[in-house]
Parts: sequence; C-alpha cells; structure tokens
Amino acid sequence: MASGNRSQSAQGLTLIAPPLGYALLVMAAPLLTILAYSFLKDGYLTVIREFTLDNYRAVWTDPIVRTVMLRSLGVAALVTLVTVVLAFPVAYFLSFVVSPSKKSMWLFLITIPFWTSYLIRVFLWKVILGYNGVVNSGLKTLGIIEQPLSFLLYNINSMVITLAHAYAPFAILPIFIALEKIDRSLLEAGRDLGESRAMTFWRVTLPLAMPGVVAASLIVFIPTIGDYVTPALIGGGKIPMIANLIQSQMLDLDNRPLGSALAVTAMLIVAVFSLIFVAMNRRFLKVRQ
Amino acid sequence: MTTSSSTAAHRARTAAARPMIECRAIQKHYGDYHALRGIDLTIRAGEFFSLLGPSGCGKTTLLRTIAGFEDIQSGVILIDGQDMEGVPANSRPTNMVFQSYAIFPHLTVAENVGFGLRRDPRSKAEKAAAVEEALEMVGLKGYGKRASHALSGGQRQRVALARALILKPKVLLLDEPLSALDRKMREQMQVELIKLQRQVGITFVLVTHDQEEALVMSDRIAVMFDGQIAQLDGPEALYARPTSRRVANFIGVMNFLPAHVLGDTPNGVEVEVPGFGRVEIPSANVSHSDPGDAGPQVGFRPEAVSMVGAGQVAQGRITEGVIDEVVYYGDMTYYDVRLDGSASFDGKARPVRIAMRNVFGREVQDVGTRAKVSWSPGSLVLFR
Repeated sequence: MASGNRSQSAQGLTLIAPPLGYALLVMAAPLLTILAYSFLKDGYLTVIREFTLDNYRAVWTDPIVRTVMLRSLGVAALVTLVTVVLAFPVAYFLSFVVSPSKKSMWLFLITIPFWTSYLIRVFLWKVILGYNGVVNSGLKTLGIIEQPLSFLLYNINSMVITLAHAYAPFAILPIFIALEKIDRSLLEAGRDLGESRAMTFWRVTLPLAMPGVVAASLIVFIPTIGDYVTPALIGGGKIPMIANLIQSQMLDLDNRPLGSALAVTAMLIVAVFSLIFVAMNRRFLKVRQ
Repeated sequence: MTTSSSTAAHRARTAAARPMIECRAIQKHYGDYHALRGIDLTIRAGEFFSLLGPSGCGKTTLLRTIAGFEDIQSGVILIDGQDMEGVPANSRPTNMVFQSYAIFPHLTVAENVGFGLRRDPRSKAEKAAAVEEALEMVGLKGYGKRASHALSGGQRQRVALARALILKPKVLLLDEPLSALDRKMREQMQVELIKLQRQVGITFVLVTHDQEEALVMSDRIAVMFDGQIAQLDGPEALYARPTSRRVANFIGVMNFLPAHVLGDTPNGVEVEVPGFGRVEIPSANVSHSDPGDAGPQVGFRPEAVSMVGAGQVAQGRITEGVIDEVVYYGDMTYYDVRLDGSASFDGKARPVRIAMRNVFGREVQDVGTRAKVSWSPGSLVLFR
C-alpha cells in the first residue's frame, strides 16, 4: 500500500515537474532577487553588495510611502466594496432569476469584457470620462451643463469606476457559484418559518453566500492594491498608488534596493490582508460539510 | 403496536372534529400540464391525514398549495375556516417538514429549532427553554449546541420536526419525510411520528408514495392519480374495499381475473370467473373499473385465499390448480398457482398469487405440485 502511494506521489511530482520548474524560474527567482536587493546598498546606477536595513528604515519612516500605501489600501478597499456590492445583485439575478437553460449563455455574456485587453478598456474609460469625453459632450449637447465637468477624470472616483468595471466578472463568478450551491428548499423553509422574503435573504441566503463574497473580495482586493495602469492613466499620474511608487524608484530613480524594499513591504501588507480573508472564509466554509 | 389501543378512540374523536383544511375545486396548471384537476377535500382537526399516490400524481403540489408555495388558478383553500387566498407562506398557520429536511447548515441545532421564534415576544431565556423542550420532545435533548451539518439523517429529521412544532402550527405538513431514511429507521420514525401527533394534537398532513407507510400512520388516506383524488378512506377500508381497480392495484398486491357479469341478485352480483366458476359477489364488494380497463374484473388479495394441505379440512369453496412458482420470504411464501380452467376465458393462463404464512410444521410446497385453494365469495372484489 505504502509503496503504491509512493509511486503515485512520484507520478504526481513527475506530472507537475514542468510547470513547477517554470514557476520556480519565473516567480520564485525574481522574488528572491527582489528580497535580496532590498537588503543591499544603493550606489548610483549600481547595487553595492553590502547588507543593510537602511532601505526598510527609509520605507517605513517615509511619510510619502505611508500616504501612498494607505491610499492604495483605501482605493483597493473602495473598489472591492463597490465591485462586490454591484456584483451581488448580478450574481443573484443569474442564479435565481435566469432559467437554468440560459445560465451558461449569461455567463458567456459576462466574460465579454475580457475579449478586449485591460489596457484598452482603461483607455476607453478615459474616452468616456475625459474633458471632451462621452459623458461631458453628451451632457453639453443636452444642455444640462455649459462647462465640461472636471471631476470625472484624474481622481480617485474615476479610478474606482474603472477598476470596479474591470474586476466585476471576477466578483460575479464566485458569488454566483456560492448562490448556486444553496439548496432552494432552505429558502422555502425560511418563509415557512414565518420570515418575509427580505428577512429570509438576510438570515439564510446572505450567510450561505458569504464564502463567495469573501472569495470575491479577495480576488478583487489583491490585484487592485498593486494596480499600475489605472492610476497611471485614469489617475493622470497625480495620485500614485504603491505600484507607481515602486516603478519610479526602480526605473526613474534607479534605486533598486529601495524599490525592492517597497515591493517587499507592499507584499507583506497584502499577505496579511489575504490571511485575514482566508481565515474569514475558513470560518464560513466550516458550515459546509 | 403500542398505539393501537388508542387508535380507535382517536379516530372516533377526529371523525367528529371540525374541519381544519378545506379544499374546494382546486385547479392548478404548470403551462400545459394540468397538475391538480378539481380537488375537493376536507381534513379534520387532529387528524393524521395522508396524500398517497405515485410520483407525478399531484400530491406534493397539493401540499405546497396548502403551505402557500404554489398559487392555484381556481378554487378555495380554507385553513381553520380562513380563506388562504393572497396569504403568503410566512403568514399561514402551517409549518412544513421538507423532504430534504432543509436544515440551515450555517446554524446550530438550537438556532435551527429557534429560527421561527425571532418575533416571539418571549424573553431570550424563555425561548431557549422552549427550544430545549422541543428538542426533548423529539428525543434530541442536549443536542442544541451541535453543528447541524454533523447530524445523521434521522437526527436531521427530528430537528426539522422540532423546528416546525415549536411554532405550534394548526397544521403540520410533511413532504415524504421518511423517504431518505433506511428501513429500520423509517419504521421506528413511523411509530414515533404517530405518538408525537397524538401527543401534540396537531393536524398532520403527510405526503407519501409508500402505501405501507400511509396504512401504518394515517387516520385517513386520500389516494391520488393524475391530479385527482381516486379514493378517500380509512386504511382498513382502503385495503379491503378499494373503490376502483387502480386504487386496489396501487395499495398492496391484488390478483385480477377477467369476469363475465351474469346479472344482479338481491344480495350482490353474480359473475362467472375462470377457475372459480359462478360466484355471487356481495354488494359491499362491488367496485368501479377505471377508464381503459378491458371489461369487468374480479380481484382478491394474496392473503385473502389460502392453500389447503393434505389431510386439512377445507373451509369455504375449493378450487384446484398447479403451482407455477414459489417465492420464499422467510416469514411468508408466495405461490403462483395456475387454477384449473383459468385459461377458459380467452385461452391465456393467468396464475394467481397466494401468500401463505410459514408456520412451524408446514412444508413449503414445490413447483409443479397440485394445490387446493380455499376461498369464499366475500374475499373477492368485483370491478365493473
């Protein structure tokens, strides 16, 4: 039996060896490089191979870094909130209203935004929200405004709109799956035991959909913290997020050790948040078999 | 059975009780499908009532219309004299035990049982005591803190019962509550449900496709086919005097033989049955045939006739035949017997099934031996 298990696990290892090797090469190696850089000294255009904690000291005491990091967390939290709140009704509609035979078609429709690249979609939001964009010229034509609205673009609101749109399908799918798993007789039981539709939703549907909501939050939150394109284009570069700060340290100022320390710090903060989410999800998942 | 002594008294009491559920001319369509075709039904207070029928007969639909989960196209449902039209499920004086039990997986046993008490004005401590009392009633005392997903099928069923009964509904609706349990557990729960029903005095309406379950548990049974009630009677009457061939065929096993009706007599109907000869069927045993039946038929239960061993004195009339098949069940043996002259009707041999209890000292007969079958006209039912 034991030998059978061993040969089976050996077989498994052989099977995953190529992707594992690839992952080590393209993920672990750069990560380790960044980690190593973050403890080295910066010489202009070079990296001096001498151990130091100065980079971390600089990152953790710099008020600009703190501001930008907090802004990244804030924007990511806001995007997550907006995305999940908007995705929930869509997922609910898909699961409870759409007839079973049409569900796959609806899921297919939801993936349509992915047919164009993320960069192009971000550019399109610029076209929509810009000074002479679709919204402004439309409102002007209708005579509602005389001067174009300037608060549409180059601020946090526009970044939230863009990111929430970009990550919507990632939030809809896990919530949809969680809703699909809910035994419909549980909802009838809620009604049967005297609760209205709204209270049944609150006491039965929502708690049982929480694993999906937590998963959706995680999937939206993590990549938006590190998003680079949207702050650069929609934020107009004036409201940088942590990724933009790392980029400017690494490339513009050529301070790779400091950039690396920033990157490692950001990664640690994301890791802490992810672990909180995972712990939450474990609590919610415990109720399922 | 321990409950049998009080059963007669209970049935006499409920027979005179006020109507609890009244259904009048209920029609229900799902698109082109006509699910309920004019249901008229009165269920009395305190009754253990069963809706019995094959799958797709509309029994679950009827239960769900009473619960308020399905709308009806026409007709009236009254519960305790109140018209239920426009009354949503959450405002009806009914509670349901679902087929899947529908135990909330995110709540503990106590939270499940106390789910319906949210708007109850009692204090938290009083509600907790009520939950504990309900759990005790179904034999789950001390299970309150357990996670509901860790329960066995039988325990889930008990939680579902406690959760419904704690609200003291006027009617408890049970949708095939025992179908997910194994045989031993099912038989145990049948007895427990009867006891529980007598104890709380609430009207129970059970949906089942299991005729045995319905016979064991119910005070009265409505047998449904194709969205209509075919017969509404007590268990004994339903088994002994089915009013149509379809009901007879659905409840238990019944042998059917074609018959020629010779004419009415003062006490019944005289018929000619292949193998049995001329028989006068008492008028109490005359029932209806169903659309699609080929002519009148005579039926009898396998245990309503018996085989006479060598040297035994026969009672009633005797017909001889040859044993075609023997099925041994331990406590019972089923014999398929080809009666002499049974092919005289149209040349087709129609073996009849005879059930014999295996008492000590009685040998099981072999295939091919001749058998004497003893019967009386009172054990035959005519479907004309």
